[in-house]
Amino acid sequence: MHDMPGYDYHIDIPGTVLFDGTQAMKGYALNKMCYDFNKAVNRDGFKADEEGWMAKYGLTEPQKDAVRQRDILAMIDAGGNIYYLAKLAGIFKLSVQDVGGLQTGRTTEEFKEYLASQA
Amino acid sequence: MARILGGITTSHIPAVGNAIQKGLHDDPYWKPFFDGYPKVHQWIQDNSPDYVINIYNDHGLGFFLDRMPTFAIGAAHEYRNEDEGWGLPALDPFPGAPELSWHIIESLVADEFDITSCQELAVDHGFVVPMQLFWPGAPHHPHMPKAVPISANTVQHPIPTLNRALNFGKALRKALLSFPEDAKIVVLGTGGLSHQLDGQRAGFINKDFDQYCLENIVHNPEELTKITRQELVKQAGAQGTEFLMWMMMRGALGDEVTEITRNYHIPISNTAAGTLLLECA
Ligand SMILES: [Fe+2]
Repeated sequence: MHDMPGYDYHIDIPGTVLFDGTQAMKGYALNKMCYDFNKAVNRDGFKADEEGWMAKYGLTEPQKDAVRQRDILAMIDAGGNIYYLAKLAGIFKLSVQDVGGLQTGRTTEEFKEYLASQA
Repeated sequence: MARILGGITTSHIPAVGNAIQKGLHDDPYWKPFFDGYPKVHQWIQDNSPDYVINIYNDHGLGFFLDRMPTFAIGAAHEYRNEDEGWGLPALDPFPGAPELSWHIIESLVADEFDITSCQELAVDHGFVVPMQLFWPGAPHHPHMPKAVPISANTVQHPIPTLNRALNFGKALRKALLSFPEDAKIVVLGTGGLSHQLDGQRAGFINKDFDQYCLENIVHNPEELTKITRQELVKQAGAQGTEFLMWMMMRGALGDEVTEITRNYHIPISNTAAGTLLLECA
């Protein structure tokens, strides 16, 4: 299409990683693990043995590190998609606003204020 | 022949399901949002649709990246709501309308839309929250219409263009109007409006762009097809691309519509919440 002439062409949108084919391939193992968290049995498996569970899904080293550090931006950089990562965030008992704060260097309260400031 | 009554759009934020369950309708945070729905309830009661076409986007329950359909249509007797990973209680299954589903599938493929048919499809908050908002108690509302879910990919780029979304809606209209049953149909478009969950730009909301979309979608949706997909990400936020669902719905309504009600509120969770009810001529 005219707005996307090449497979790797993107306009620059600061602070935004477009989840495209490149990211989807890079992040497959991490996203697959997170997708499987839809089932409680897999959430329990992860909680019981994080390292073993990540190895079972073949996560890359950067993906494992990002999960160990609870570093959302690093997960995205390693190919994570926020819709699947949201299931992992649930295991860590992080709300959507907690996740927003973590990514933007704000406390959760500050992040909520930022949201409301755009009304 | 079947008749299309109108279309209703709404945001489908997961937190809404929780607020409904806890009865937070009059809570100061939630009231401006829930105030957008009584007029919709009245309209639904006055018009009593037999079928609901629920156009939404799956968020990683029904589909994964192993197989990602651009457009998927449910063709099941019922649609299960399942755990999305947060351990929330699932709603009971929603009754389907497989005869109507297959009629739509036949018609769309004849019109050269290459869709994926689904005889099993777990439906997530994108499908169920709007049902709960429009038919309180869903799926056990006494006049719950039978549902046909249609899901469009907004998880992974390339996503459909706004033009394709509008044209999909137009082809859907043709399909619905040729359904050989004296039935009344309502079309939902769920998701949006502007929001972004991921990245350093998380929390981004764009009121001006949302207002532009709300203004134009009523009588001038063709204008919105000029927006490129990357421009949509930039202006509406990474997850604001869900506006595609609104365009699909709009295409199904035909040229002449009357706006019955509209609501817009910032923020609900991370999102600019929008609701719009358009009645067909
Ligand atoms: Fe959504």
